[in-house]
Amino acid sequence: ILSATVDAAADTQGTSAPETVVPSSVPQPKDDFQEELVIRPLHSGDIYASFQFRTLWDTDFMRENKVSHYRLFPKSLGQVISKFSVRELHISFTQGYWRTMQWGQPFIPSPPGAELWVWFQDSVTDVDATWKELTNVLSGIFCASLNFIDSTNTVQPSASFKPLGIGNVTDHSFLRYATLPREIVCTENLTPWKKLLPCGSKAGLAVLLKSEKLFHSSFHSQAVHIRSVCQDWQCKTTSWELRQTVNSVFDLHNSGQAKREWSLFKMFSRTLTEACPLASSSKLYIDITDNPQQFELSPATSLLSQAVVLGDRRTFSVYDLTQETTFGSVRSLNLLIRWKSNEGEMLRPLLHAERYVAGYGLQTGEIHTLMYNNHPYRSFPVLLLDSVPWYLRLYIHTLSVTSKGKDNKPSYIHYEPSKDRVKPHLLEMLIQLPPNSVTEVTVQFERALLKWTEYPPDPNHGFYVGSSVISSLVPSTVAMDTNSTRERPLFSSFFPCKEESSYFVRIYTEPLLVNLPTPDFSMPYNVICLTCTVVAVGYGSLYNLLTRSFQIEEPNPGLAKRIANVIRKMRGVPPL
Amino acid sequence: MAITEVERRRGQLAALSIAAVVIIVGVPLWWRTTETYRAWLPVSQIKDLAKLQLHLSADVEVVFALDGDLLVQFIILRLQNMKPARYETKYRTATIMEEDALKKPTAAEADLSLHMLSESPCGSLVVYVIPESSSLLPEDVNVYIGQRRTALVRISAQMRVGKTLEQLLAQLEPRIKQVLQVMSFSHTDITVALSDRVRFRPGNKESIADSMRAFKSSPGYEITFSLLNPDPKSHQLHWDIEGAVQTYIQPLLTKLSPLANFSIDSQTLYYTMLGVTPRFDSSLEAYTLNADSLAHVINPVEARLGSNAASSNPVLNFLLYVPDIRHSPLYIHDHRKQEVPSNAFHSPRWGGIMVYNVNGFYGSETEFPVHVNINMAKVMGVFLAQLRLLLGVQSLSPPPGFLVAPCGSTGLADWELDRLMWSRSVENIATATTTITSLAQLLDQIGNIVINDNIAQQVSSAVTSLQLAMAELEVGNLGFALQYSKEAILASEKAFFDPSLLHLLYFPDDQKFAIYIPLFLPMCVPILLSMLKIVSEVRPLKVQIGL
Repeated sequence: ILSATVDAAADTQGTSAPETVVPSSVPQPKDDFQEELVIRPLHSGDIYASFQFRTLWDTDFMRENKVSHYRLFPKSLGQVISKFSVRELHISFTQGYWRTMQWGQPFIPSPPGAELWVWFQDSVTDVDATWKELTNVLSGIFCASLNFIDSTNTVQPSASFKPLGIGNVTDHSFLRYATLPREIVCTENLTPWKKLLPCGSKAGLAVLLKSEKLFHSSFHSQAVHIRSVCQDWQCKTTSWELRQTVNSVFDLHNSGQAKREWSLFKMFSRTLTEACPLASSSKLYIDITDNPQQFELSPATSLLSQAVVLGDRRTFSVYDLTQETTFGSVRSLNLLIRWKSNEGEMLRPLLHAERYVAGYGLQTGEIHTLMYNNHPYRSFPVLLLDSVPWYLRLYIHTLSVTSKGKDNKPSYIHYEPSKDRVKPHLLEMLIQLPPNSVTEVTVQFERALLKWTEYPPDPNHGFYVGSSVISSLVPSTVAMDTNSTRERPLFSSFFPCKEESSYFVRIYTEPLLVNLPTPDFSMPYNVICLTCTVVAVGYGSLYNLLTRSFQIEEPNPGLAKRIANVIRKMRGVPPL
Repeated sequence: MAITEVERRRGQLAALSIAAVVIIVGVPLWWRTTETYRAWLPVSQIKDLAKLQLHLSADVEVVFALDGDLLVQFIILRLQNMKPARYETKYRTATIMEEDALKKPTAAEADLSLHMLSESPCGSLVVYVIPESSSLLPEDVNVYIGQRRTALVRISAQMRVGKTLEQLLAQLEPRIKQVLQVMSFSHTDITVALSDRVRFRPGNKESIADSMRAFKSSPGYEITFSLLNPDPKSHQLHWDIEGAVQTYIQPLLTKLSPLANFSIDSQTLYYTMLGVTPRFDSSLEAYTLNADSLAHVINPVEARLGSNAASSNPVLNFLLYVPDIRHSPLYIHDHRKQEVPSNAFHSPRWGGIMVYNVNGFYGSETEFPVHVNINMAKVMGVFLAQLRLLLGVQSLSPPPGFLVAPCGSTGLADWELDRLMWSRSVENIATATTTITSLAQLLDQIGNIVINDNIAQQVSSAVTSLQLAMAELEVGNLGFALQYSKEAILASEKAFFDPSLLHLLYFPDDQKFAIYIPLFLPMCVPILLSMLKIVSEVRPLKVQIGL
């Protein structure tokens, strides 16, 4: 196809103006790119690595004239924003489950499988059609099965998912939320994700993102968050922010021959040699808060930084990759951490949750959601969001919320019943969690019988029910930073912070795996055959009865008489 | 004996009535419950369309601006020797205002003022015949083709002297025909546009190359300019693409807007390498890319370009490649091992690539990264030429004695646009007809496909638009013809790619039998047997009666 022809006849219209180096007349680029990697040794012996890449662009996607010129911002996402009038878009692909009790809070939470939530602009008239088209386009961009998002797994949460960017929108008819808990995340999702980065995986921190190591981990989550943010504290001008994140937990304790030490090379099979030349900041943070004496870093850095993140003041060693000195004489940074002792106690997370299905048999069951408030003396409210597929028919009258053995009445309940094959159940509740308590939410359900074409391949594996989402403002022990425009590390600036005394946390519970009554799939044919046979037998005898002609028959002669007749026949004598 | 006879008769009646119930109630019931819904399609009209008989006609006005009394009346003649196209030719004398306009000092000014007098509609042409004494044209030029839809033809002295009107017309005719060949559609244009349907005559290599280079007709195009910077550590590139698009590309696209919708994007891609490692030529002290290896350049780059998320229109890619510092400067060589002056090449139906060398900025003490402001006039000149080629604007060499006015700021003369519109209308009609015909054929062959009402509606609207487009072409209304042909394409594609057509495509016979046999075999065999028995009993009876 590519039979290229040399085009010699191209006319050059312009006079060949003298080309000069004019740095002074070069317009200041309106976009900015930052990259960041945070490494936190966890108490369980695992290593938590969190990559964040942020592209800021001072532009307006909703302009009338559609000409758009991209530099650092990826063109494909820009086109999605302007075509579908997206106000905010959050998409995440996760493999594995984040164990809050062992690992603490992640910087950016995400449920297992794929999650997509989008706020549309007010100008969108047919939100459902736009949403459908958007999911199809995104599924093409990220090579994922997002095209399986339809009305049966999409909900419009009324309170749980507020926009994270600017804009105080209250009309949740422009919000769509969907999860695909069954989605498997692998290399084919990572490659298009890396393509969105200005430097690709050729330079900067992204060289560490090698799929053979990244997917050999206990937890892997990659996400894209698009929103508009303020440029200054007065918020006179806004810009679009694209945040690409990868969160991974590596289990180096088991694979490291019981020696507790790790390095960048062990984790990623690569070392760092340069920052992305397009990045205005490129930093590597190591969390050394828990016990500076517990492990030793090499090469050591004198640069320390403190940040308030998730209600806790943490200390980090910082490696600035834009400085030549960071790489030393070997021109390569291979960070090494060696543990000295195993001591140290992790702060229990103030809020965590779990969920399971109870009951027996294939007819009914019960969903239990447990929410733990580990704060010794403060109670705080949480928003619980449950989106349950229609084939689990919730008995909403059995809904009960109990804490410390007493009935806990939710102050706000928003329930949308399901419609078979059309829409799922949506249950949102605002529950006050008493201090140092476990709150249990239970609701019974009935399992529906599906049509035989509605079963997925391998139906005996069970059906996934997406995670519950718990959003809350958790009281903070230290004063939070409410200035959203101040220069801060990326990992501490994702969720906007409105007040100093509390911080926002979102927690996802485990997805449920529920068995539905599953038929034998050759059954329809067997049923057809059996019914047909029964009908045919009944019909046959009826037909016989109706059409046969009856006549009176001579009574049968006895056996002795017949034998005598045969003998008489042989003798030529007339029979008896 | 009588009792058994009655009994037998009753049995026969029972069998007959069961058979009657099965035939009268059962068969229609089975038929109605298993039939697929198929809406009515205009099959006969589609068959008529499939013949694709196109009649094109363009209005041509020949205006005699000859001073004197040679022509005093209108003569309307028809030249019908063009196949399949024909021109509606009209002859008249010039009005006073037109004569005034023709007295302007230069041809370009005359062209402009004639345009101001009366705007000729899309697709039509006006040929002014001017006397040999006129000073409008230079000595050796006999025909001047303007920027709009006018041409000036100078009549030579010996043609005029003492001839009758018919003889004059006979002499003028070949000249006018030549003008029309340049300014309006020609036979080759139409053949190229119909290349899907009509096989090329061998030996016509140039027109094959032409037809394969241009993009297929489509209701819209996405134009993407990409700046490839494989070495952002050494080069910091700045291109004022926004201004350049406004200055160079937008006027052409505004002019082309009746043809299709265009949208323009640009992006900068970093660390994007070409698929071929350039060879170092020590005699030039430069790296070279040979024409043979250019075909391999595009594929690895294309993976980074990204598909267009917002529409499914074809994408025209224009890449500006700034070679990295280790492969700089880089020159493209053609088949004769000569340097290509524009340092660019294009790939048919894909786009163009230009290599932009920045090695002039490297000095002995240059600090990296180098800031480079790209000369957009140079780049856009090349891209504009490539864009014209890829959109199918053919720059043909005029016959001797012709002077073609240089296209102004728009980059496209009105008659060039008309030529494009002629071939695009024909191409659209051909494509839509093919789509509709093959859809009708498919639906005809596979009886299990459900045809919903919306598909039938799309098909009928496509057929109507096609008929309208062909009718408009016949009377020479080019603008309407193009509009209708676009509507036809949209409707036909919508019908063809409707997902509901796929629903019952797979409904094999063995499954049908597997379901029918267990029920129908045991039910029908007794009925058939008793029918046979009744027939065999009735027949000897008849024979007896006959005897």
